[in-house]
Amino acid sequence: MAGIEVTSLHKRYPDGTVAVEHVDLSIGDGELFVMLGPSGCGKTTTLRAMAGLEQQTSGDIRIGSRLVNDLPPAERDIAMVFQFYALYPHLRTRDNLAFPLRAEGLPEKEVSERVAEASRMMRLDQLLDRRPQRLSGGEQQRVALARALVRRPQAFLMDEPLTNLDAELRADMRTEIKHLQAELGTTMVYVTHDQVEAMSLGHRIAILNKGRVEQVGTPLEVYDRPASLFCAAFIGSPPMNLIDVEVSDGMMRGPGGLALTPPSGLPRDRRLVAGVRPEALEVTAAGVEGSVPARVISAEVLGDEIIYVLDSGGERNVRVRMPPTVRFAAEAPVGLRHAGGTPPVYDVNTEELVA
Amino acid sequence: MAIAIDEAVPGPVTDDAPSTRRRGGGARRVIEVVLLVVLAVAMLFPVLWMLETSIKENRDVYAVPAKFFNFDFTLDHFKDVFVGADGGRSDLSVSFLNSVIVAGASTVLATVLGVPAAWAYSRFTLKAKKDQLFFILSTRFMPPVVVVIPIFLMYRELGLIDSKLGLILIYAAFNVPFTIWMMKGFVDEVPSEYEDAAMLDGYTRLQAFWKFTLPLLVPGIAATAVFALIFSWNEFVFAIFLTSSQEVRTAPPAIAGLIGGTTVDWGLVAASAVVFAIPVLVFAFLVRKHLVAGVTLGAVRR
Repeated sequence: MAGIEVTSLHKRYPDGTVAVEHVDLSIGDGELFVMLGPSGCGKTTTLRAMAGLEQQTSGDIRIGSRLVNDLPPAERDIAMVFQFYALYPHLRTRDNLAFPLRAEGLPEKEVSERVAEASRMMRLDQLLDRRPQRLSGGEQQRVALARALVRRPQAFLMDEPLTNLDAELRADMRTEIKHLQAELGTTMVYVTHDQVEAMSLGHRIAILNKGRVEQVGTPLEVYDRPASLFCAAFIGSPPMNLIDVEVSDGMMRGPGGLALTPPSGLPRDRRLVAGVRPEALEVTAAGVEGSVPARVISAEVLGDEIIYVLDSGGERNVRVRMPPTVRFAAEAPVGLRHAGGTPPVYDVNTEELVA
Repeated sequence: MAIAIDEAVPGPVTDDAPSTRRRGGGARRVIEVVLLVVLAVAMLFPVLWMLETSIKENRDVYAVPAKFFNFDFTLDHFKDVFVGADGGRSDLSVSFLNSVIVAGASTVLATVLGVPAAWAYSRFTLKAKKDQLFFILSTRFMPPVVVVIPIFLMYRELGLIDSKLGLILIYAAFNVPFTIWMMKGFVDEVPSEYEDAAMLDGYTRLQAFWKFTLPLLVPGIAATAVFALIFSWNEFVFAIFLTSSQEVRTAPPAIAGLIGGTTVDWGLVAASAVVFAIPVLVFAFLVRKHLVAGVTLGAVRR
């Protein structure tokens, strides 16, 4: 097992498209590291460069202590799981699993031992004699995972492995992957555009945008203090409320006078935006102390919670997460107040966290 | 190709039938059937007449009024296609053999060059890829008759005039763009992850293509090759301009050459036309499913 170091990675295609502008990543040994971002942000290209399926234009990739820039994929000692599972269609499950081992030239005895071990771990014993067409999506994905397992690689690279599964199965497989990684303790790099997947799986998350890393941190760090407006808008559903604020008299005030606790060291002379999570706000009856007047635009009743969309002092679409017991009718005049800790504050121009 | 299209047509027609009945359009249906029958007869009559002429005794071929049913049956015309007057091989049989060689070799060449090119265009990011593909296609925009004179002059310089190799090369050149375009569609349909996975398993990129992608492309290659084969087999303009001797001439100019002079042996013309048409029909029949897949590719998304 080994960590992965990516230094100053840059990838430009012959047609001029820049897929990765500049990426530095340091992935620890045994870590489940998630690369998260919208499509076209360079996460998959970065992963493919780690695998050796793309040759980077510049920059270094180290797996363990080995510089692997010029090594072909097979010599990097990694295994990859694809969004489309890429099981060889003409081979039965058993032979699909054995394929990478036979390609390595292992003796047949060891091949069958390792196949048996992997199929036991992924509960594939009933499926060993089927071809991929006769497997469901979830089963195919388990076979693909097992095929990665049999190689006992230094690291697993996962390229959106759950995207093609339906929602229920996706949640199950998520648990399974997390469990598997914990059990094996193998380094795993996991690419996804799904922030729920990223939050629930990752020990750390890197958020990528336009070929650059916007933020690296644990799920909670990323959730609580997004490093940029992009991260703030990307993580969390419903997304963070980005509220224009002004600082005066030691208080930070939003539209309509909504009071927020200011962080220390706020710059004075810049336009600022505070990022307030929907659960850090509260809908109250109109006129309650400390609240500002607002109007309910809509309420999304989700069963375990209600998402209120409010209009307050000209700031439309302020989203507030409330328990399902608190009910307000649409168009009702209500109060809005801040109930959380110090929110992160961003500079409107640089779009970066200032305090 | 004709067969593939014939097969494709009945679908929508039967689908429409219930709605026609719902509208109570009995008369409408009768008109439809009558029109289709008229159309079918008009389309098929030349083919039927060719078949009939090829098996008629000569005196029935020239009978006035024409005999549709009560003619004397003979296979002599077919014998004449293959056996010469002196009892040896006929000139026509040499032409047929030439056609087989030229069409076969040019198709193989176009496929061998076109399939890897299509794969490369499908898999790799290239500079000005779209422009390159358009340029490749644009070589097909010009009708052969426009380029045949310059090619004739070039061939004369290169000593390729009146040679099978010359025909093979020009047909392959005409078929490669088509092969690239059609095969690119098929390659796009095969997920590149197969190759990625194979490369992670220790194969080189070319091995990965050869061992995993190529087998999945076989139906597409078959369809594309049949189209290329049909083009080469039927091609007339280049064949008549670039060949002159009986030993090199392919079947289309050879059959055309039967017409003219003082008398025309229509029985022989019809019989050689039948022999000429059969291979294409057989091929098209064998790969008809793939032909439909090839024709409709891109129209239907998975």
